[in-house]
Amino acid sequence: MDNLLLMLAPLFSSKLLLVLFFGTLFGLILGVLPGLGPTTGGALILPFTMTLDPLSAIVLLTSIYCAGTYGGAITAVLINTPGTPAAAATCLDGYPLAQKGEAGRALGMATVSSTVGGIFSVVILVFFAPILAQLAYEFGQPEYFALAIFGLTMLASIGEGSPIKNLIAGAFGILISTVGKDFMTSIDRFTFGINELTEGIGFIPVVVGLFAMSEMLTQSTLINQIFNRIALKAIKLPSKEDYKKTWKTILRSSGIGSFIGVLPAEGGTVASLIGYSEAKRFSKNPEEFGKGSIEGIAGAEAANNAATGGAMVPTLALGIPGSATTAVILTGLIIHGVRPGPDLFREQPDFLYGIFGAMLIANILFFIFGFFGAKIFARITLVPNKILWPMIFAVSVCGTYSLNQSIIDVWIMLFFGVLGFFMRRYGFSVVPVIIGLILGELVEGTLRQSLVIFDGNWLMFFTRPIALTFFILSLIALAFPLIRSRKFKKKL
Amino acid sequence: MKNVQNQKRANKSLPFFFRDEFRVSLIIILISVALLITTFTFDIVPPILNRGIQPATFPKALLVLIIVMTLLIYYLATKNPWKVEKKLPRSFFLTLLSFVIFIVVSKTLDFFLAISALSIFVSYCWGEKRLFYLLLVGIIFPIIVFIFFETILGLRFPPGIITNIYYS
Repeated sequence: MDNLLLMLAPLFSSKLLLVLFFGTLFGLILGVLPGLGPTTGGALILPFTMTLDPLSAIVLLTSIYCAGTYGGAITAVLINTPGTPAAAATCLDGYPLAQKGEAGRALGMATVSSTVGGIFSVVILVFFAPILAQLAYEFGQPEYFALAIFGLTMLASIGEGSPIKNLIAGAFGILISTVGKDFMTSIDRFTFGINELTEGIGFIPVVVGLFAMSEMLTQSTLINQIFNRIALKAIKLPSKEDYKKTWKTILRSSGIGSFIGVLPAEGGTVASLIGYSEAKRFSKNPEEFGKGSIEGIAGAEAANNAATGGAMVPTLALGIPGSATTAVILTGLIIHGVRPGPDLFREQPDFLYGIFGAMLIANILFFIFGFFGAKIFARITLVPNKILWPMIFAVSVCGTYSLNQSIIDVWIMLFFGVLGFFMRRYGFSVVPVIIGLILGELVEGTLRQSLVIFDGNWLMFFTRPIALTFFILSLIALAFPLIRSRKFKKKL
Repeated sequence: MKNVQNQKRANKSLPFFFRDEFRVSLIIILISVALLITTFTFDIVPPILNRGIQPATFPKALLVLIIVMTLLIYYLATKNPWKVEKKLPRSFFLTLLSFVIFIVVSKTLDFFLAISALSIFVSYCWGEKRLFYLLLVGIIFPIIVFIFFETILGLRFPPGIITNIYYS
């Protein structure tokens, strides 16, 4: 009961409500703009959160996360381009339905299913995060090391693209985290005599580079591309028939999305693809999928928004991000001096339940904004890239510079922009780099401290039941793509 | 699907050193080997101070892992070639050039001037010829961003010919 009251706290604070309002609005705009999204937006807004108290800062970031994930659906339905990667599956049926003159119906279903998925996942977050945090009391350094390895292998296994390429990207992310002074011995590593590198490579330049700058380079290759934009008259709430047809799909996808979100992997993108394919598998009319099926939209949208709450579970309970955007939120927590983990649940329940409550309200707010303002948000897609991207560049450069007031950070951002472009061109996902970078210190630190505990005996890892379980799960995660491809070949 | 298969066939018909999978793997391996050699120059902690492993051990292990996995993706690519990527257009190289211009101008002249120069250059290269919009992205918007960051975050931008005038 006390916790429920703590969750309602944002409703009684005009400041938090204002932050939620702007966060949701900003998140929707970011989600609508193809190439931008809650990860880049969160990274760019991070310096501004320094002017806020910790709760307001994290509320701002989480509301951007929730609204940005939904916002991608508007562009997916109207111009057949996902505003965020998580909305890719929404294009498959959203755009064909819009082409039939039912854009309002498609967006109405996307809005309702996103809201239900989002609220469902907050409920999961409220119930499961404290349980997971309680379990984390049993974790020592070896368990955290095994958990981080499990997270990285899951990312490689169920993330987008080739698992081996994802592993290389994850290892590269960890390698970046080793740049600078070694935290145990203060010995310089990969600094090449550059003083600015002794502090290490910051998270924000890498995120903004890999997401925003690489996207700018991608957009430079698409300047002659013409989008067929479908006009939107007004969003329509789903009819009774639509609800009858989709309620099971929405609930199933909400469950799938929350579960996928909890796993340390790519969150919404993977969740929406699985939610969509499961909706097709259970549908009475699977032949309608790809031609404008309302169930397809519901399945994808409920799943991707359900992943938001799910991804917050390991982020808050263990300090292990469930997605790229929660990695940004985790950075926000650390910048504001909040250390995620079990102690957070015991010592600052008002802070935590304030976040949970804010996520709940953000899901309701984006429903209202989406329902009444989708037509206006859709107009944002009309801003030509030749005007939009130079502006994004100016904000990215100033945002990156502002955190440490270092010009080297800006150059690092540009370097990672070019690197990110070529990584994506040759099928390497950039998300594992981000997760690897944020988990790098944890992986190395826990490994080295464990070896101190074990007196250098590596085999002692396997005498710890929880660590052993995570190692076995990691092996299963690595074997999973192999089994999946063999099954797929057999089917063929 | 057919298109992808055709692209893959086209890639397979090329000599191996022209194929993307060879060039990408080679670059990753060369950089990893260079970094691996660098790890041998890291200071060694005396045994009395050293707890656990040496600071160079962990990066070494990561680099070896990256090299092994890169060899694996190259081996897999010989069986299942990557699709041939389209040639990059001129606008991409001009945008890349604008990054270089940005670095040079921000280092030698002025940070704000560098943002303006890049914005105008990119916008123009991407097809914007209307003067008002070029001024909007190159001057008006950067000024708004500059003032916004300066007043809200109390940020002080690096010295340069324009920022010096503003701060004086």
